[in-house]
Amino acid sequence: MALLLVTGLAAGILGAILGIGGGMIVTPVITILMGVDIKYAIAASIIAVIATSSGATIAYLRDDLLNLRVAMFLEIATTVGAIVGAIAAGFVPGNFLYWLFGALLIFSTYNMVRKLMGKKDAIPAEADDKIADKLRLGGSYYDKSTGKNVDYSVTNVPGGFTMMFGAGLASGMLGIGSGAFKVIAMDTIMHMPLKPSSATSNLMMGVTAAASATVYFFNGSLQPGIAAPLAIGILLGATIGTRVMVLLPTRVLRMIFVPIMGYMGIQMLLKGFGVSI
Amino acid sequence: MDEKKKLANENKQVEQIIGRIMQIGVVLAAIVILIGLLLMFAQGNDGYPAGVHPHTFPAIYQGIVAAKPDAVMMLGLFLLILTPVLRVVVSIYAFAKERDHFYTIITTAVLIILIIAMWIGYYGI
Repeated sequence: MALLLVTGLAAGILGAILGIGGGMIVTPVITILMGVDIKYAIAASIIAVIATSSGATIAYLRDDLLNLRVAMFLEIATTVGAIVGAIAAGFVPGNFLYWLFGALLIFSTYNMVRKLMGKKDAIPAEADDKIADKLRLGGSYYDKSTGKNVDYSVTNVPGGFTMMFGAGLASGMLGIGSGAFKVIAMDTIMHMPLKPSSATSNLMMGVTAAASATVYFFNGSLQPGIAAPLAIGILLGATIGTRVMVLLPTRVLRMIFVPIMGYMGIQMLLKGFGVSI
Repeated sequence: MDEKKKLANENKQVEQIIGRIMQIGVVLAAIVILIGLLLMFAQGNDGYPAGVHPHTFPAIYQGIVAAKPDAVMMLGLFLLILTPVLRVVVSIYAFAKERDHFYTIITTAVLIILIIAMWIGYYGI
């Protein structure tokens, strides 16, 4: 129990600092170190995602980065995906879930390495395309670093919408926030600037997770003994994390964290193939 | 221009209210979960046989009346799940106030999908 609390605390702090959802940390730690069945771990971790998202939404509400129209329009895709994912998780064998989670961890590690190498932002869209114009998805945000209001446009809505369905599916199935996928959908596919993309993704994570969390809650997969201490730990940890974030060099943390994530990814993949070390 | 300014101001106010509501929701959920955890420490067990916990409204309600730790924790977790849902509900109100009918409908659709999720969880497919 105390171990769960500490895990939550660490996941909350690390998640807030590194900008990855708590779920990415919680699931491998409690399955590999504590031997919790992956299906219960996934249900508990989706609660961690909600705790992180709601906590962050409150913290980031002051700055006008969020694009509520984009969020709500794309939520249609992510919530439906999340429900399908949560139902599917009940039917697929545990091995497959380990395998999928392992692959996901390795993908995220690769993403972090790319960020460390200093990946350039995608080029912003020059004008709204037809659909985005009709849906009035374009927006503007105040950039604190330059002190200017930036207007931006959105393109390739169908592509982003499809990617968001995938992000929802992954979220419901694996108990993660799918923040990385959501940011890719907005920043790489729909060419939104990175800052509003990540702020919008943060809000969406909570709403997406709520869709699958209700499925897990009522079908009995959510174990209070596991999820309750985790949730408290995460809420505390995220509060501490957002304060610590300003003090710590994220780059150094990333460098420490990348090998750990890669290692856990390989461990989970092996478990999926039935090999245990 | 004045109209636009007024609207922007209203949006800011709505955002602040949303923040306040979510804050209250999260803190309330955390308090209920903590009470559940403290009850578990005090009673030395979770109030249910191994492998069993309440996950329907009547069972959770009965458990809370009997001060069973697992039931109290489930209520807290449910409140936590409701915080993003609350965000959606308030957004419907915000869009409606802006007279943005299209997005009022879209956000309502998101809420309906969330309710369907609850239905599926509760009754199975």
